[in-house]
Amino acid sequence: MKFFKFLLVGVLFGIVMSKSEAISWYRIQEMFRFQSFHMYGIIGTAVTLGVIGVFLIKKFNIRDFNGNPIVFHPKDMSVFRYILGGAIFGLGWALSGACPGPMVVNIGYGYLTMIIVFLFANLGTLLYGIIKNKLPH
Amino acid sequence: MIEFITQPWSWWFSGIIISTIMFLLIYFGQSFGFSSNLRTLCAASGFGKKVKFFDFNWKSQIWNLVFLLGAIIGGFIARQFLSTDAPVEIADSTILALEKYGFAAPTSLQPDELFSLDAAFTLKGFLVLALGGLMVGFGARYAGGCTSGHAISGLSDLQLPSLIAVIGFFIGGLAMTHFIFPLIF
Repeated sequence: MKFFKFLLVGVLFGIVMSKSEAISWYRIQEMFRFQSFHMYGIIGTAVTLGVIGVFLIKKFNIRDFNGNPIVFHPKDMSVFRYILGGAIFGLGWALSGACPGPMVVNIGYGYLTMIIVFLFANLGTLLYGIIKNKLPH
Repeated sequence: MIEFITQPWSWWFSGIIISTIMFLLIYFGQSFGFSSNLRTLCAASGFGKKVKFFDFNWKSQIWNLVFLLGAIIGGFIARQFLSTDAPVEIADSTILALEKYGFAAPTSLQPDELFSLDAAFTLKGFLVLALGGLMVGFGARYAGGCTSGHAISGLSDLQLPSLIAVIGFFIGGLAMTHFIFPLIF
């Protein structure tokens, strides 16, 4: 039962990703061709509200529903891994038109061939885990 | 009301909902980062015994797998009850650009040229889907996050590493779209 709220938020995520068409390969193409404001508007609105909200959480030390302080974990600073890892991610994102969230939303939407994409995404993460120590970070 | 829901949602309304999702997860004591699930699934499949990267208490991440399950259900609900399945109304310039690579104008949410069963079971079609997924899964962990973890959560927290990662996403995405598409399609 303690997980049920996460199921509901997940359902909301699946619905908004579908209804905003952010799960569409066409929308990702439009974005990477700078031919529409749509995807930039979605991400820009979410980030603008996100910045304001995170600022307010920190300023007023807002606690979570268990009464614990909300802590944001700064990410380790580096340039190489974010640029190279990010670029590999971007190559796959533009090709398949889906990042991990939209992959599974597409499966629920009925695009069953997205199962192939999602299985290989898991394989990609597995591969990273195996060769992680040999990669520059 | 029904008409409002079945139409595609505007960018500003969608953006508000997505930030709401991030704050709900934060309020529930977690954070918004979808690609962590891929690592969790590898760990839950038993790879922690052989690979150190997957040797962690993956059961603490079950909440995120439940979120993933919800996302699948959400996609199903959107299709079955909230959709007219009208073609995606992308820009005319995008339709023209994609025509050059053999993609017809949209008739639904996804191109049949890539995601129909017929396409997926050709060698080239399969490789496109497989390599696309492989690079997303590999790159997400290498960069320490995906669109949700870096572009939404990280940028909301004004994290410089997340900004660098998003720049990386665009370097890769622009290279694929503008330089590699002409070679493979």
